Amino acid sequence: MKITDDSPPVLSALDRPNSYIGRSVPRPNLQRLTQGRGQYVSDVTLPRMAHVAYLRSPHAHARIIKIAATAAKKAPGVIAVVTGAELAKVMTPWVGVLTHLKGLKSAPQYPIAVECACWQGEAVAAVVARTRAEAEDACELVEISYEELPAVVDPETALDAKTHVIHASLGDNLCFERKLEVGAVDKAFAESDAVVETTFVCGRHTGVTTEPRAVVADWNEGEQRLTVYQGTQAPHMMQNLFAKHLSLAEHQVRVLTKDVGGSFGIKVHTYADEMATVALSKLLKRPVKFVADRIESFVTDIHARDHRIKARIGVKNDGTITAFEIDDLTGIGPYSVYPRTSGIEANQVVNLTGGPYTCPNYRAQARVVFQNKNLMCQYRAVGHPIAVAVTEGLVELAAAKIGMDPLEIRRRNLIADDAYPCASAAGLKFEKLSHHESLAHLDAMMNYAGLRAEQKKLRAQGIYRGIGFASFIEVTNPSAAFYGVGGARISSQDGATVKLDAQGALIVATGVTEQGQGAEAVVAQCVATSFGVSIDKVRVITGDTDNTPYGGGTWASRAAGIGGEAAWQAGKDLRGNVLAVAGAMLQAKPEHLDIRNGIVVDKANGTERLPLDELARVAYFRPDTLPPGFQAELIATRHYVPRAWPFAFTNGIQASYLEVDTDTGFVKLLKHWCVEDCGTIINPQLVDEQIRGGVVQGIGAALFEQCLYDERGQMLNGNMADYLVPMAAEMPDIECGHVVSPTADSELGAKGAGEAGTAGAPACVMNAINDALRPLGAQPVTDMPFTPGKILKALGKV
Amino acid sequence: MSDLALDISLTVNGERVSERVEARKTLVDFLREDLGLTGSHIGCEHGVCGACTVRVNGEIVRGCLMLAVQCDGATVETIEGISDSGEVADLQAVFEQRNALQCGYCTPGMIAAAQDLLNRGGVPSREAIREHLSGNYCRCTGYHAIVDAVEAIARARAGGTK
Repeated sequence: MKITDDSPPVLSALDRPNSYIGRSVPRPNLQRLTQGRGQYVSDVTLPRMAHVAYLRSPHAHARIIKIAATAAKKAPGVIAVVTGAELAKVMTPWVGVLTHLKGLKSAPQYPIAVECACWQGEAVAAVVARTRAEAEDACELVEISYEELPAVVDPETALDAKTHVIHASLGDNLCFERKLEVGAVDKAFAESDAVVETTFVCGRHTGVTTEPRAVVADWNEGEQRLTVYQGTQAPHMMQNLFAKHLSLAEHQVRVLTKDVGGSFGIKVHTYADEMATVALSKLLKRPVKFVADRIESFVTDIHARDHRIKARIGVKNDGTITAFEIDDLTGIGPYSVYPRTSGIEANQVVNLTGGPYTCPNYRAQARVVFQNKNLMCQYRAVGHPIAVAVTEGLVELAAAKIGMDPLEIRRRNLIADDAYPCASAAGLKFEKLSHHESLAHLDAMMNYAGLRAEQKKLRAQGIYRGIGFASFIEVTNPSAAFYGVGGARISSQDGATVKLDAQGALIVATGVTEQGQGAEAVVAQCVATSFGVSIDKVRVITGDTDNTPYGGGTWASRAAGIGGEAAWQAGKDLRGNVLAVAGAMLQAKPEHLDIRNGIVVDKANGTERLPLDELARVAYFRPDTLPPGFQAELIATRHYVPRAWPFAFTNGIQASYLEVDTDTGFVKLLKHWCVEDCGTIINPQLVDEQIRGGVVQGIGAALFEQCLYDERGQMLNGNMADYLVPMAAEMPDIECGHVVSPTADSELGAKGAGEAGTAGAPACVMNAINDALRPLGAQPVTDMPFTPGKILKALGKV
Repeated sequence: MSDLALDISLTVNGERVSERVEARKTLVDFLREDLGLTGSHIGCEHGVCGACTVRVNGEIVRGCLMLAVQCDGATVETIEGISDSGEVADLQAVFEQRNALQCGYCTPGMIAAAQDLLNRGGVPSREAIREHLSGNYCRCTGYHAIVDAVEAIARARAGGTK
């Protein structure tokens, strides 16, 4: 039990009295969740609320010939049966492109398929009824006739001339392509002492949020207003999109997001069935609820990571890495997802590969193709797990080839800790990273030398254990460079409003959202510290477009670094306003006063002068006693967006220790370590838990999770029993360590920490398996997930 | 189709309940829709994820694998009930302190499953805790913090009853 062990790794420079920065403060509002008193969208019921069930295409690609709904319309409880063509009159289609991803193209996507269904699971008709059960009953009475079309399934042949083009208007099945060449790549390979070439495959997988996607849409015809209760990461983005595609003004739309049962990037996208539910509410003039069931989730929640990467590394005998080369191919389903697009993941693979290293020679090609499978888009750590698996897989294979220790080859190639600011070969700009200090910390924390000795001893007994590593960089705190410059109305700035209530407590409204990461805790810690009250006097409001400042929400590890900074500044601003009132009441100069623990004090010596509840009483109820002409301002709003750097890169290194059963191919994870540098740590416990949760999602990708499709584009394991996710018994304890390199772009200096675990875990599990199997002469495994069958095949046993 | 409904009487969180329910209705749908007990969550509806774990006649069950009509005459306890009685107050407190939940969606089921293990007494090993909780999926925490929390309460309860 390590409850008290999460002490701050360093003293914060943010040295306000009674600072909460760097303290493991428990999250506010957790009692609501432990007692089952949360309010998830699945729990929401409204007067006159109807339920919708969607009929979904059983074919990967088919023309819809006829929808016969007469019997369904007469079924008990049925309110309406609506087709795609009917709903297209209510809501306009969308196209998922961004102008800064040059050449990226996609086709118009409708809330419900109009002419053709393009993947198995696409909604082709909606049945609205009094209960979900009645809607599902009536679905069975709808007869839909299809003409099956050729299904484009394999990305490898998607661009072949003889392959069917999914969207004729686009001319081909190419969504996006990017090429990059830096340095003298061919020369570098020619001058290498060794070259390792292999193909990495990342299995298509998905987020499996424990609460499926859910939305309750309520169009009020009398108010001409739409209220949408939605489990989303980006309420303001959704407000804009609902308004745009229903031809409403944004002020006619309110998006409310209360508790959300897991997101991980799954709930930051536009889903056709959620858009359809909103359109149905407008059409039927009453609230309509849609909650995806688990079977629907597997064929409609975005998938991710389905990449095949041919990759090459050159290395000198002294360990110097001379060149990286990758050729990435990914199939993203029939549409680029709106509005973030499905080109970002491949783009990130190109950007991030080789990122931790000094190697100046890099060639990359990425092709993103359309296919008739479920859509792919951004899932936690977008692109990172792929780029890290490729980079770190190559680095350890190269080390093995020249007979060098895997940590030593990294020491010789990682960007030096005193080299910053600098840029990677791919052009990423780094303000300050700490690869070497992180590596040294990990080396000591895991007792690397001791583990190697144990490994050697056990090998002699026929027990095969492996140690694998993964250094990584992580994109956090994105500026407008991520989406805004490409034309998407996705805010990179965020705001916080802080007001003093009439008893001296604070209410904070923030544009960032909470899906369990602890954004509310971080915002409360920032405001409590910069204003000067105890944290139990701070209440945080999130997820309400009517009542929070405009903001981007929570994704790409931006809530603490961006939302936290806005909250910090707003707290400071309000402290200034309150001290002006205190100065007027006490006839003192405001700059000689401070607020500490809820009391106005003399800044110099801490002498207590005035409790906040008394100040609030006078300001609100006896302003007549304040000096003539003085007006108390007891609310303050501040916004923040990173400006100095496009992204606040973080870095870290992970290690995995595992044992492979060479008879069964099963992998037993023994221990996992992660050292991470996310700048200023606002709440050490929350950072560690982000890392642990992220690591386990990465382990899922490495060992278990894959959306399996057959050659007709049918998903074969779309249920919780057949699609494996990590369970408690299979997971190791995970030890976390920290190095702190704050960003100078904000006063707090905080960067993000949400992607790190997921970014590095698949690579280091892969490397550990290969380390375990190397003495047995096994072929290196590079095709995730590493199932027992694949491991036995590598061992030549099957 | 929904042409069969039955009258059932049962005790839910100490309260007598008599309702007419469709024969096909699952226990968790009955609890959530008919009784408004939304603390029991639905994650998969096929008995895998454990989000709907509740107690029926003292045993933990999957609320999605049991029909409401099967509970005629039974005693059912949900997270709302075991919270209000104070039975799991220590477990809830340590979950909050240790951040053994993030989104909280799996938490009511996780607490019910953990309490089931803890009720057997003793201080289970971390491996035994992990094994027992393997029927309850959590996608946020990576389980480490949950194991810490359950282990801490096992020790605390064992110490307190010596």
